[in-house]
Amino acid sequence: MNPTAERQLHLTIGSRFENIELVQMTVDETLAELGATEEHRHWIGLALREALANAIKHGNRQDTGKQVDVDLDLADGELVLRVSDEGGGFDPDEVKDPLAPENRFRADGRGIFYMKKFMDDVHYGFRPGGGTIVVMRKRLAPASGGQER
Amino acid sequence: MNIQRRVREGVTILEVEGKVTIGRGDVALRDAVHVALAGGATKILIALGGVSTIDSSGVGELVSAFTTVTNRGGKLKLLHLPPKVNDILQITQLITVFETYDNEDEAITSF
Repeated sequence: MNPTAERQLHLTIGSRFENIELVQMTVDETLAELGATEEHRHWIGLALREALANAIKHGNRQDTGKQVDVDLDLADGELVLRVSDEGGGFDPDEVKDPLAPENRFRADGRGIFYMKKFMDDVHYGFRPGGGTIVVMRKRLAPASGGQER
Repeated sequence: MNIQRRVREGVTILEVEGKVTIGRGDVALRDAVHVALAGGATKILIALGGVSTIDSSGVGELVSAFTTVTNRGGKLKLLHLPPKVNDILQITQLITVFETYDNEDEAITSF
């Protein structure tokens, strides 16, 4: 991938699961244009899907009157994805460990775990004015003088 | 997402194609398993060779299906895991929960 490539993208969607497909396709096409590998695009796409699903389901509680904002920022070989909702806030520390034996057969609770596995860094915070924002970072090309992770 | 159902030697095979993701794919998988159970199936083989993407909701449905079938005294196994689906199950250590097969004949015989 071209380490000097730069791109910014902003999308706003209503809180419907079918909109996840639209966002993921748009981001995937953008990353493909920029020369990201298919491997990177697949796992980034899945992390993005999980973040969007959480924002729609747990954040906005599928209230179609509430929006989810997505920002993509690529600079100096690093991709930053921000997904924010208008929900009541979220404490990631309350999420149970999906690898613990007592949680192994739970139907839910794996999304954030997958996001952290697929991205280099995942950080949750509160959005000014309410809601949750998750920031996910992934290095796609070596930084100036550095090595690709 | 599309699911085709067929029965071979007493084993109900659900052939899944497309995206098993939140909203539609996960619900379709849940419905297909419930329909099979309602029809009396106790041996269920989910063929995932045509799956392009599975998210945590899809994985959750696989786990729920496994639990539901097992609790009813049946067996649920997986066939033809694409590499990326295999990776997803490995990451959350679920690959040790499911019996998985690359060969349909072997999978059928295993029941």
